[in-house]
Amino acid sequence: MARAATPARKTVNTIAAWVVALIIFFPIFWTVMTSFKPEPVAVAFPPVWFDFPWSFENYQTVIQLRGYGQFFWNSVVIAFGSTILGMIIAIPAAWAMAFVHGPRTKDLLMWMLSTKMMPAAGVLVPIYLIGKALGLMDTRFLLTIVLMLMNLPIIVWMLYTYFREIPGEILEAARMDGASLANEIIYVLTPMAVPGIASTLLLNVIMAWNESFWTLNLTAFQAAPLTKFIAGFSSPQGLFYAKLSAASVMAFLPILILGWFSQKQLVRGLTFGAVK
Amino acid sequence: MKIFVRALLGASALSLVSFAASATDITVATVNNGDMIRMQGLMDDFYAKHPDIKVNWVTLEENALRQQVTTDIATGGGQFDVLTIGTYEVPIWAKQGWLVSLDNLPASYDINDLLPPIRAGLSYDGKLYASPFYGESSFVNYRTDLAEKAGVTIPEKPTWDDIKTAAAAMNDPDNGVYGICLRGKPGWGENTAFITTMANSYGARWFDMEWHPQFNTPEWKATLDDYLELLTKYGPPGASANGYNENLTLSLQGKCGIRIDATVSASSLLDPKQSEFADKVAFALAPDKGLGKRANWLWAWSLAIPKSSQKQDAAKTFIDWATNKDYLALVASKEGWANVPPGTRKSLYENPEYAKLPFARLTLESINSADPDHPTVQPVPYTGVQFVAIPEFQGIGTSVGQEFSAALAGQETADEALANAQKLTDEEMKAAGYY
Repeated sequence: MARAATPARKTVNTIAAWVVALIIFFPIFWTVMTSFKPEPVAVAFPPVWFDFPWSFENYQTVIQLRGYGQFFWNSVVIAFGSTILGMIIAIPAAWAMAFVHGPRTKDLLMWMLSTKMMPAAGVLVPIYLIGKALGLMDTRFLLTIVLMLMNLPIIVWMLYTYFREIPGEILEAARMDGASLANEIIYVLTPMAVPGIASTLLLNVIMAWNESFWTLNLTAFQAAPLTKFIAGFSSPQGLFYAKLSAASVMAFLPILILGWFSQKQLVRGLTFGAVK
Repeated sequence: MKIFVRALLGASALSLVSFAASATDITVATVNNGDMIRMQGLMDDFYAKHPDIKVNWVTLEENALRQQVTTDIATGGGQFDVLTIGTYEVPIWAKQGWLVSLDNLPASYDINDLLPPIRAGLSYDGKLYASPFYGESSFVNYRTDLAEKAGVTIPEKPTWDDIKTAAAAMNDPDNGVYGICLRGKPGWGENTAFITTMANSYGARWFDMEWHPQFNTPEWKATLDDYLELLTKYGPPGASANGYNENLTLSLQGKCGIRIDATVSASSLLDPKQSEFADKVAFALAPDKGLGKRANWLWAWSLAIPKSSQKQDAAKTFIDWATNKDYLALVASKEGWANVPPGTRKSLYENPEYAKLPFARLTLESINSADPDHPTVQPVPYTGVQFVAIPEFQGIGTSVGQEFSAALAGQETADEALANAQKLTDEEMKAAGYY
């Protein structure tokens, strides 16, 4: 039973939540503000808050200098491609682990997760050499595969947790009605786990979209996504913060919009099972 | 069916022809600076002369560029055909056999026109391994109106005492003007670069001839004491976080009486669009201590070809276009002489139009007086003026810079910073097998 909240406690909680939210939101707010400032104002100290000549000049300069379309399209292909490919592999894997428990299932899950604990830089050179040997350097295909492999343990773990919430009896009933394994997964399990699958999908798209180690290291020009677009605006000489901010906003805005529209689904998926 | 097969054959032949006639794509890895951006805007000239080559630009942050290019070269990845690298990397990478020698560029390139110190900085074993795109040294810039008001003059060849006296006289923090702005932000290319040049002029050196670090010498102590005194007494607040960009901004806003930094920033300081103090700026050589070495560095961003490139001929054609005399004339005709990439060629400084610019002569003198082969008063086993051209320096230089920055921030004393610098450098050099 929930504890009764006094009005005073409610106010404190609300204030605390707002403070935390504002702290988290502030860097995004500041980046957006900076993207509209002229370069000297962007680095002025004490900082200028609202009293500056607002302009879209940085956005124009950024697009004019490097373009945007190709980077954006590469990000879309790599982020969605790696996630969808990951789901195709992870749904059957998570099904097996959730419903056909073996003596080593827990170890297997832990081992999968442990691969995430290894620093990515440790496998950079081997992956680089494999990519080179297969002639796949600077291709979206290589990045899609690599990011899928990087995120696969998380996808399997998330799906496994969601699938565990689904009563095995329902699947059993489907089997007794003569459903094949494929039909059982596609027509019975998947629809029931839609909130979980959707939030896994979204979270992994976001992770793949923001991933910068592999996307910076394995691409040059053809497959370069938005992370590379941003990285190009940091400058060893001269002022660059405003243009860098404009590039950052252009990189995170699409994913922010996606997250905004799907937040209901995302929250439902992340709390799936906890309120039953 | 027959028609279909014929059509298919025809299409295949056509695609083969178009493949044969298609351009050679080269990928150029570069950093985001004004001169490079300007070049990207002038590519029409290159395409008009070389319609068979298409250039793809990959622009990266300096350290990310170094990391990615190092991985690519070390593994023979071949992702890049032209690299933008500095005087630090060239001798190290050339020694490793990672770069293609540029000695056989066409005669019109006129290799003898390159400024000798820049050419020396980009050569290994007497061969040129990178073609300079722009070169720089460091010098003093100051606000003439403040100097006048304070009743001080800064000679064209100042000593450190002149600088200290002038900084003290011009310092007016109540009105938001600070006597002197120097680099304090930690990093081998930031505060370490500046302090190393200062140390050179004080008779200090990084290593003796046996590669033992020298931070425990009185010369280093004098250098760091004076550096800290200048910035803590007459510097802006938070100086330990100020690097090149921050100090340039302060100067553009008229907040620095004196600044000692890259010669390449002169054109920004004199640009009335960027600074309302543009008509109140004068320049002087970097200071000395009467020991025969001035505190000026030598750096050149340059273009090189990695051994792993599959398109070395096209890459060479591009480098020749981007760094020969015609390119300087092209920039001058489109954007004026002040915007020509400086510091690479003698002919530029012999040009009467360019010589009229107030910073031209002092930039040339600064570059010519920097000697990467003999950077210090006492002999050293290394090359490089504001850095030591060994692979370990990037890490050591940044760690030492952190110690100096901590001393500036008041987190430790000068003696502690020097002792820590000595200890960590000693450990790194031992681990790297120098002794």
